[in-house]
Amino acid sequence: MDYFVLVIAAIFVNNIVLAQYLGNCPFIGTSKETSVAVGMGLAVVFVAAMAACITWCVQKFMLTPNDLGYLQTITFILVIAALVQFVEMFLKKAIPPLYKSLGIFLPLITTNCAVLGIAIICQREEYTFIETLIFSVASGLGFMLALVLMAGIRERLDLSPVPVSLKGTPLGLIVAGLMSLAFFAFKGMAS
Amino acid sequence: MILSSVLVLFGIGLTAAIILAVASKLLYVYEDPRIAQVEAVLAGANCGGCGYPGCAGAAQGVVEGKAGATVCVIGGDTVAANVAAIMGLEFSSMEKQIAFVDCTGGTRAEDVYVYEGIKDCRAQHLLYSGSKMCPEGCLGYGTCVTACQFGAIEMGPNGYPVVDPNLCTACGGCEQVCPRGVITIWGMTARITHLNEITDCLAPCRQRCPGQINIPRYIEQVSRGDYAGALETIRERIPMPLSIGRVCPHPCEEVCRRGHVEEPIGINMIKRFAADWEMHSGQRLPIACAPDTGRKIAVVGGGPAGISCAYFLRRLGHSPTIFESMPALGGQLRYGIPEYRLPKDILDWEIQGILDLGIDVKYNTFFGTDFSLSTLSDDGYEAVFLGIGAWMNMNLQIENEAADGVETGTEFLTKVGLGLETHIGKKVVVIGGGNTAIDTARTSVRLGADVTLMYRRTKDEMPANIEEIIGAEEEGVTYLFLAAPTRILTNESGHVTHVEYITMQLGDPDASGRRRPEPIPGTEAKIEADTVYTAIGQKPELSCLYEDGHCALEETQWRTLGADPDTLQTALPHVFTGGDMHTGPALVITALGEGRKAARSIHQYLTEDAPHITSTIQRELIDYTMFTNVPDVGLRDRIPMPHLIECDERSGTFKEIEGTLSETDVQYEACRCLRCGLTCYNRDQPENQTTEIMTIEKKL
Ligand code: SF4
Ligand code: SF4
Repeated sequence: MDYFVLVIAAIFVNNIVLAQYLGNCPFIGTSKETSVAVGMGLAVVFVAAMAACITWCVQKFMLTPNDLGYLQTITFILVIAALVQFVEMFLKKAIPPLYKSLGIFLPLITTNCAVLGIAIICQREEYTFIETLIFSVASGLGFMLALVLMAGIRERLDLSPVPVSLKGTPLGLIVAGLMSLAFFAFKGMAS
Repeated sequence: MILSSVLVLFGIGLTAAIILAVASKLLYVYEDPRIAQVEAVLAGANCGGCGYPGCAGAAQGVVEGKAGATVCVIGGDTVAANVAAIMGLEFSSMEKQIAFVDCTGGTRAEDVYVYEGIKDCRAQHLLYSGSKMCPEGCLGYGTCVTACQFGAIEMGPNGYPVVDPNLCTACGGCEQVCPRGVITIWGMTARITHLNEITDCLAPCRQRCPGQINIPRYIEQVSRGDYAGALETIRERIPMPLSIGRVCPHPCEEVCRRGHVEEPIGINMIKRFAADWEMHSGQRLPIACAPDTGRKIAVVGGGPAGISCAYFLRRLGHSPTIFESMPALGGQLRYGIPEYRLPKDILDWEIQGILDLGIDVKYNTFFGTDFSLSTLSDDGYEAVFLGIGAWMNMNLQIENEAADGVETGTEFLTKVGLGLETHIGKKVVVIGGGNTAIDTARTSVRLGADVTLMYRRTKDEMPANIEEIIGAEEEGVTYLFLAAPTRILTNESGHVTHVEYITMQLGDPDASGRRRPEPIPGTEAKIEADTVYTAIGQKPELSCLYEDGHCALEETQWRTLGADPDTLQTALPHVFTGGDMHTGPALVITALGEGRKAARSIHQYLTEDAPHITSTIQRELIDYTMFTNVPDVGLRDRIPMPHLIECDERSGTFKEIEGTLSETDVQYEACRCLRCGLTCYNRDQPENQTTEIMTIEKKL
């Protein structure tokens, strides 16, 4: 049951983009088409889960025992960057079709603060390894949900009469704001 | 603390670097250097039109041997040549393909698709099957426009897509997204060899035209002022728009839906305008031909069927040679149709344009005498088209038929066509009711004779065109209906003096649906005549097919050459036929249509072993397209055909009678078109005033 609450909280209540305001640049940048949004979302789920698990180990076995907690952010960045490179190489060798379909999204994630954010939240909330895994996958799904919803709205907006000055990113940001207001409705359901 | 921080970070960095270094060794994927080279010469649009995910994928495909040098759909010949150079491949020039908007409706987009918004053709198709009444055809939401990365397609003023051929790269993006199969990537070869299919969006006129001309398309092009485009559309189906624009009895107009409002569209007048526009411009529009294949084909007979077959074979890249028994090409167009309907200089201009494509002609050579099927094979001709027409006349089977002064109408017209002495008398009787009879009568009038046309049924049953019947009457031809000749009377020297005939009455309908004429006994009468022309039907002269007393080909019960009705292949696989030799005496447009069909089959025989057709081929008129309820159409009278010479001057001259419409008139006439099958959708769309599109209720 706790795990269920964790998942609901990660996807809806504390949605990484709409409630935590993390990962806004890929959110605006890759939400123009539904197909791209789905690709990016899947890549984030995959990398966020791996990153959270590895950084959990780094924190647990290296930083905390040596009292180096203050190095958390910079260490995590380093680890995630290396991890993404590794994953890229691995996929290219082992699963070329997956590598091809992820295409541009893998390198994009290196600079995705949502992934780092998920890893850090796991530490702050002092999740166990299993909780970390579940939370990171669910947060990734939350990111994907926000992205796909946004893409659907933006595709519809493309066909609507919109003042030229608002077209594109400005309207995207306004919509993002409205969407996060809507997500506030989930507040208090779980934490 | 600083020291430990530095050491830890350095340690992590080093570990990551070592892991990545080891991984890059272990997980190294060998990449052929040619992949990068090939990718560098590709167009770099990453459009995916080639079927690979982007140019890198395409390059990989080339190097792996899965794709050829022409993989890049937008690169054209230069890019292909560069790729071929890197790969050491052979490269031959490709035929230009473009997106072609012509509701073919045959292929359906998959039901699984990427959602792209509710106002997307595919969503509409799935949700409501679109707002169309027609089972095929464009939904008009323009997903294709968004799909085209090259800006080559836009929604035209009438709500269906228009492709800019110069920008289109044939990447196929639009074809993939269209759920209605409205857009197809077609090259010229595919367009020329396409036969009407019931899954195509076929307006009634287009279904009825024996030449299968895409009538709504060229009318629409004329209404936009795109005369060159209209001619191209016509020439994809027939090579002789100038002649057909003059002599065609336009069966298409009989089924024109506008006929249910007031009068049918002047379809043939519009065609004639486009053709005359080119001739009067003094320049010939270029006619595209596929790259040479160097394959030789013999076309026996230079009439409409032969000319059409040779023309299309040439356009498909082959090398046809026409063998003609007469001193000039044209067949019935030259020797059967009089000058006042089709002036010879116009026919010559038209034929010259066709021959200029690179067709050889051997004049005055007779099949069966100068050459035969076996000598053609010996000379390296890989296939033969037989189209010698139907020149043998049927007999009246009455007494004195062979008397001096009795001749067949075709012999007479041929003499006039060749400029020979006709020995026509003052009182002429023409026997028959078809177009040849009328042509003979009108030509005789022009040669100064007093002409009576004798026909055994009534005027309503005459097979000739109504305009021709009226024209002849205006020029002074006397009709003698319900009369059948029984005897030819001669003087002592054996020259005809009278025709004895018997009055007929109409009985029950016969096999042709017309009422059978029966003689009324005792009503014999005589009519004075010093020349009698008979025009009661013709058949092909098949004796030339016999070599050493044997014929490997089959005859039908109507004494025509037997062949598969769709592929026109005869009992000998490399021999094809068409035109009057196959159908018996028929329309010029039918012969032209058969010429294309035969060329298509020969092309398939040469390139794919055997000619083939699909099961969806259209033969009959498609029921649901024959709607008769056409509401909300503003009345607009049909433009009358302009006449160049007035009635009383006509009988003394062979000058052309009918003229061309003016540009204003042709635009007006083209805008009367209901565009059945093109804009049969989107009822809510505001009516476009300039082209007066009507919403048409279709009975499904
Ligand atoms: S052609 Fe096809 S894709 Fe284009 S608007 Fe029509 S239905 Fe839609
Ligand atoms: S019109 Fe169609 S085939 Fe032509 S470039 Fe555009 S998407 Fe490609």
